[in-house]
Amino acid sequence: MANGIGDTAPSPDRTARDRGAMTAMVVSGASVALALAGGLVAALRASDTNNTFLLVFVLAFPLGVFALWFGRRAETHIVDRDGPDEDEQLARLARRVAVAGIVLSVLLACGLGVWAAWTGLEDVQEIFFSLPDLGDSAGLVTDGFLLNVKIFVVAEVLVLVWGLVVAVTRELPGRAAAPLRWLAVAYVDIFRGLPAIITIYLVVFGLPLSRLPIVPGTDASFLGFDQVEMLGVLALVLVYGAYVAEVYRAGIESVHWSQRAAAQGLGLSRGQAMRYVVVPQALRRVVPPLMNDFIGLQKDTALLNIAGIFEGFAAASNYANNNFNLSSVTGLGICFVVITIPMTRFTDYLVRRDQRRLRGGGVGAAVTDVVGASGGRA
Amino acid sequence: MTPVVEIRGLVKRFGFTTVLDGIDLDVTDHEVVCLIGASGSGKSTLLRCVNGLEPLSSGTVTVAGRTVIQDDIKLNRLRRDVGIVFQSYNLFPHMTVMHNVTLAPRKVLHLSTEEAEQRARPLLERIGLADKASAYPDSLSGGQQQRVAIVRALAMQPKLMLFDEITSALDPELVNEVLLMMKDLAQEGMTMIVATHEMAFARDVANKVCFLHQGKILEEGPPQQIFTSPKEERTAEFLKRTLESGRL
Ligand SMILES: Nc1ncnc2c1ncn2[C@@H]1O[C@H](COP(=O)(O)OP(=O)(O)OP(=O)(O)O)[C@@H](O)[C@H]1O
Ligand SMILES: [Mg+2]
Repeated sequence: MANGIGDTAPSPDRTARDRGAMTAMVVSGASVALALAGGLVAALRASDTNNTFLLVFVLAFPLGVFALWFGRRAETHIVDRDGPDEDEQLARLARRVAVAGIVLSVLLACGLGVWAAWTGLEDVQEIFFSLPDLGDSAGLVTDGFLLNVKIFVVAEVLVLVWGLVVAVTRELPGRAAAPLRWLAVAYVDIFRGLPAIITIYLVVFGLPLSRLPIVPGTDASFLGFDQVEMLGVLALVLVYGAYVAEVYRAGIESVHWSQRAAAQGLGLSRGQAMRYVVVPQALRRVVPPLMNDFIGLQKDTALLNIAGIFEGFAAASNYANNNFNLSSVTGLGICFVVITIPMTRFTDYLVRRDQRRLRGGGVGAAVTDVVGASGGRA
Repeated sequence: MTPVVEIRGLVKRFGFTTVLDGIDLDVTDHEVVCLIGASGSGKSTLLRCVNGLEPLSSGTVTVAGRTVIQDDIKLNRLRRDVGIVFQSYNLFPHMTVMHNVTLAPRKVLHLSTEEAEQRARPLLERIGLADKASAYPDSLSGGQQQRVAIVRALAMQPKLMLFDEITSALDPELVNEVLLMMKDLAQEGMTMIVATHEMAFARDVANKVCFLHQGKILEEGPPQQIFTSPKEERTAEFLKRTLESGRL
């Protein structure tokens, strides 16, 4: 094997070419053999997986990569000089074997790594993934998580509407609307800057004390939410409304100014141009960034436990504290991850479906005319 | 001869740059006026001032008896009578062709969907795109898109049409179909102001050609005169340069 690596680059004469392909073959074979040997050793001596892991990863993997590079080089040489087919085939075979060596060593290394972590750190498994505890806490955790789901679904619907209201307010024309525009700007600046946890704290604990008439009473209920939960939803809407308003605004401003001009040129009022032409196009463009904010919102529902809302995280951490085992929290974490995946896929689908139309700028979308380039606005 | 458009002493500034510097122009009924001039001479700006898309710095513009002032309600009313087609980004990409054409009649003139479609269909047939009514703009060629944009403006039955270099973003083989349509419109008696680099079109169709230079109408007159014996040296120079670039 050391001989193989030590061999110099293939030179043009016939025997050397042979040697190039041969060397590639030997090295790649060694990579596979090493990987297999690692696996075998690991299987026979389960206690010593850490060392075998090193052996496989430090030797077999780089060897495979080297063999692949060397094989390619040899093959290129042979093909360049129209060398004999057998040499070419040998080099190609060497490349395939090298790929196998790379894949095998990575798989083995990963497998051994997990195995090492698993067996070496049994306590870790016991603490984070204890099956009995996962089972025992499942009911509690899912009940709590359902509250998270309910909260974020309602909050997301409200955020969609509220964010759009703020964004459109910010775009209102005319002097009369100036105070409204300032309010919208101030709102976004404040709530985007405030840490969510502070907003939640202030809203849930502060608002009831303020005795403002709009604050729901202690016995109020809406959609099955009690007072604290309502305030929790409100806090999340305030935080994420600010983000989403900015997302919408970016979307609105990304619609080419000519679209607004074309709409107004047809006699549509500013409001109608916004409603029928600008906003529908903006909405389609903001779906992906909107989804990011929604995923953020979903995760931040867990913060509501500081407000004394018995949602998933409160339930899970409660179980963890009583049983000295964190598996309930791991289980909840899995729930949060799992729920975002279909959303992401759905977004991808929506985006792909709309993609062609989103791009639509019509004639000469690539043409920058003078007015457009200098920022002309209707 | 009733003037459809009356422009007096129109000045338009963007910050410290004066783009239009005292424009006087009358356009009478059924007249076709072509605006020519170098890039940046203010053709687009002039058109946009005529339907109030740009606020005027000073001077007056009257269209079909209505004065252009910066008042949203008055402007919306005025724009019903004025169709405008731009160089690009005309059609609404999220709407079908039919929806594009019927939007303004429905929302501005408050026609029912059926009434609006009855109005739109013959117009689409006229440009041979009736079968594309439910297609989205991105599936149309550039020339088809521009013709739909014209038809969309016509659906409002305007008294005046403004065209801002609507063929200059098109592939050369698509330019003709659009120019032919504009020619037809002119022959039917539509009053039009056309900013264009298509000198042959201006020569054939215009009643009056205005040469814009540094924010002023340096020279205006019938196309035969402007194109064959321009009075101003600058006009001659511009035409010579245009000719050399093969656009006449
Ligand atoms: N919104 C704006 N802000 C600042 N300057 C502007 C704006 N719109 C136009 N201009 C300037 O006004 C001048 C005239 O522009 P305009 O688009 O009217 O010229 P044009 O004759 O239509 O040119 P082209 O043939 O290239 O279309 C240009 O110098 C342009 O930079
Ligand atoms: Mg222009």
